[in-house]
Amino acid sequence: MKYLRFLIPLFVFLGLVWFLARGLGLDPKTVPSPLIGKSAPGFSLTKLDNPEKTIRREDLLGKVWMLNVWASWCVACREEHPLLVEFSRKKLLPIYGLNYKDDRAAGLRWLANFGNPYDASLFDNDGRVGIDWGVYGVPETFIVDREGIIRFKQIGPLTPEVIRTQIEPLVRQLNG
Amino acid sequence: MAKWILWMSLPFWVGFAFANEAAPASADPALEARMMRISSELRCLVCQNQTIADSHAGLAVDLRQQVREMLQKGQSEQEIIAYMTARYGDFVLYRPPFKATTALLWIGPGVMVVAGLAILVIVLRRRSRMPQDQFDPESPDAGQDPHLS
Repeated sequence: MKYLRFLIPLFVFLGLVWFLARGLGLDPKTVPSPLIGKSAPGFSLTKLDNPEKTIRREDLLGKVWMLNVWASWCVACREEHPLLVEFSRKKLLPIYGLNYKDDRAAGLRWLANFGNPYDASLFDNDGRVGIDWGVYGVPETFIVDREGIIRFKQIGPLTPEVIRTQIEPLVRQLNG
Repeated sequence: MAKWILWMSLPFWVGFAFANEAAPASADPALEARMMRISSELRCLVCQNQTIADSHAGLAVDLRQQVREMLQKGQSEQEIIAYMTARYGDFVLYRPPFKATTALLWIGPGVMVVAGLAILVIVLRRRSRMPQDQFDPESPDAGQDPHLS
């Protein structure tokens, strides 16, 4: 019994190992968004391909839609793009792009080169709408429900797993 | 003499040159100082070990501009902090609020200090109760196994 106290350092060490191992598994870049479950921030932006035409948050109420934040300068967006193009072919829900802090010509060229999965892209030149949506790491993806409530947020590129295991079931549930 | 003063003041001017380059500051230095004070309470999300005041990341520059404009509109510091946490969560605050999820963060260090002092007091008291001839700092206390020293 007396010898048990010499095991204390071992248990302390194992506890430390557990915390460190857990810390390795967490991604510090993924900050939980306070916006999930809240009303999507309002916006009124022109379309990327047409500066005359404005899209507002209210125009999109009544349908479940996806907002994908992208930019032509964003390397990870290019990585994500083929997956998004493929996903858009399923026509599961309308996909809107938020062209974040970009140049109109560069954005359009990028879509021409790599394909356009978006029903429309909103042109957020000064990044103000991005700030309102709490965007900090492009690409980011949001799912907004019929009432305009944000239901899902992905920071960083989408992956086939995220689409299959999270986005598709959520969209079906919201539309169902 | 004049030349010497000019040379001595050079570092000062260099600082100014950089400051001008870094921020398209507003003309009002008092507002600028308030903006920097608020920004230094906020974490930059792109470069997480820097404050928004320190960082040159695009988002930090935008958020500083946002703070500046909100101050110009006469909004209070609390309103600005609330605006930021509504978008980015408590994570942006270098001094997170005290609540259930952050209790350990705030209390933890104090608990550890108290526990350390308590252990120290217990050990010292036990030693002080030992007879003089038995006390030898090199050998383990009574109750421990002498073979393990």
